[in-house]
Amino acid sequence: MTDAATSQDSTTLEEIAGRSLWQDALARLRRNRAAVVSIFVLSFITLLAIFAPYLSPHPFDEVYWDAIRAPPDFAQAHWFGTDANGRDLFVRTLYGARVSLAVGLAATSVSLVIGVTYGAIAGYFGGRVDSAMMRFVDVMYSLPFLFFVILLMVVFGRHIVLIFVAIGAVEWLTMARIVRGQTLSLKRREFIEAARAGGVSTAKIIRRHIIPNTIGPVIAYSTLTIPQVILTESFLSFLGLGVQEPYTSWGVLVSEGAAEIESAPWMLIFPAIFLAASLFCFNFIGDGLRDAFDPRDR
Amino acid sequence: MLAYTLRRLGGAIPTLFVVMTVSFFMMRLAPGGPFDRERMLAPAVEANIKKAYNLDQPLVVQYGIYLGKALRGDLGPSFKYQDYSVVELIESGFPVSFEIGIAAILLAVIAGGGLGIFAALRQNSGVDHAVMATAMIGITVPNFVMAPLMTLVLGVYLRLLPVGGYGGGSLRNLILPTVTLALPPVAYIARLTRASMIEVLRSNYIRTARAKGLPGRLVVGRHALRAAFLPVVSYLGPAIAGIITGSVVIETIFGIPGIGRYFVQGALNRDYTLVMGVVIFYGSLIILLNLLVDLAYGVLDPKIRYD
Repeated sequence: MTDAATSQDSTTLEEIAGRSLWQDALARLRRNRAAVVSIFVLSFITLLAIFAPYLSPHPFDEVYWDAIRAPPDFAQAHWFGTDANGRDLFVRTLYGARVSLAVGLAATSVSLVIGVTYGAIAGYFGGRVDSAMMRFVDVMYSLPFLFFVILLMVVFGRHIVLIFVAIGAVEWLTMARIVRGQTLSLKRREFIEAARAGGVSTAKIIRRHIIPNTIGPVIAYSTLTIPQVILTESFLSFLGLGVQEPYTSWGVLVSEGAAEIESAPWMLIFPAIFLAASLFCFNFIGDGLRDAFDPRDR
Repeated sequence: MLAYTLRRLGGAIPTLFVVMTVSFFMMRLAPGGPFDRERMLAPAVEANIKKAYNLDQPLVVQYGIYLGKALRGDLGPSFKYQDYSVVELIESGFPVSFEIGIAAILLAVIAGGGLGIFAALRQNSGVDHAVMATAMIGITVPNFVMAPLMTLVLGVYLRLLPVGGYGGGSLRNLILPTVTLALPPVAYIARLTRASMIEVLRSNYIRTARAKGLPGRLVVGRHALRAAFLPVVSYLGPAIAGIITGSVVIETIFGIPGIGRYFVQGALNRDYTLVMGVVIFYGSLIILLNLLVDLAYGVLDPKIRYD
């Protein structure tokens, strides 16, 4: 009861003080325990990744011939054991975090920006514009992804930035279709008609009224894009486009570990725990952000 | 609606044409060829092989020949799987992939949708987080880990299910591949359903339905679910196309004779005709399914009109 009463009070206060949407959202995000814990865990993993070289006596690419596929060993400071080439898995997991988190976040941002804008424009304008834009999406879906990747590699050489381009180029497609579907439904609603009747410009209707109302499915889908991207990266690395030895990523570590699932389970377990923990955190932060920005949820 | 459907079907032809053209030239611009081996072939032999497959002609002429044949339903012989035509390979593999894929999709919609609704009705509670975390296993544990893990536990240790093989399509052999294939879409569908359900449950017409005394089950099942399923349906178009054309990982691990492996192997072997065959097949599926999705929008939300 008291809780409801205070939130009621703060709503009225907010209106008087005219607090911005951002301050408001931040305050609400702070009240979401799962999201706050997730932000701490993710920050911790990020810090570990940044300071990886100082946290272990072992370099990430040093081969220990006497400790190949060695289980976790505290005496030798191989806290997570070693891999099939005798390299320390703890340091490699943290180095993998750098690549995976960067690729995951960057490619997801690309898919977010392009997919949401593209989908909202296609859905809002409808008719011929929509047809043309969505047929382009159909074509992009159908092209053989592997040849696209191979061609990129031939033209630009092997470079890590190409992972972002290659993954970004495909990951926005489903996002665009989801946002377009929501927009088709939203644009017939009364508040959009009201905005149009009130003379609000098209760009502003899309930016201020359509896009904010698609935020639920958009955030839900983005948090699923991150794991998708991290796994696609491991596939590209396998083909030679992604990270190259001695560098590594979580996707690569997990797929290497999966091959040794019975003989050296720690090779799978530790990278998988880091991967899963981060993904759960993104998930809860996503939900927290959604709740925080929902205008109806006060 | 009929006019719109016919217009879209008409539009499929130029779309497919663009897909074919871009794919053909993209594939051929990539280095490597179907008959490149580590050991060089004798020049005369290589010339003869190339001639047999028209690979000695200029690219544009080859494209013309291919297009002409494809229009008559002849997708050519596979370069790698000799003695088989591309049409034969797709015809024999697709029913297998389709069977497993459709079962996986149904499972994913029921399980994912159920979990999503269940979690949305208990938003931000411990149960909600637990259910969503469980659903997320499908996407956090990649299928190349999940498949051997499930085989190990259910097949090797508990001996409940066969570890692999198609077994002539017997149900016991299809359980593991179907479940493994269904897990990632379960995560997607559960999360999308939960997210949009939360928003829909706050809208005015749901409050009205509750106010007029409709039981909660009907409010959720009949009124909220329709609107909440819109983003899930958007996702389902491309997802179904991807899932019923199989997965190279699952086919390899469980020994399923589907067509998923052709997508990757065809590209790696530079099996040009096979790649074009699966691209045309997949492209047609994408176009068809996205059309069905657009028609389904109109059913889910009667306000959506295409004019």
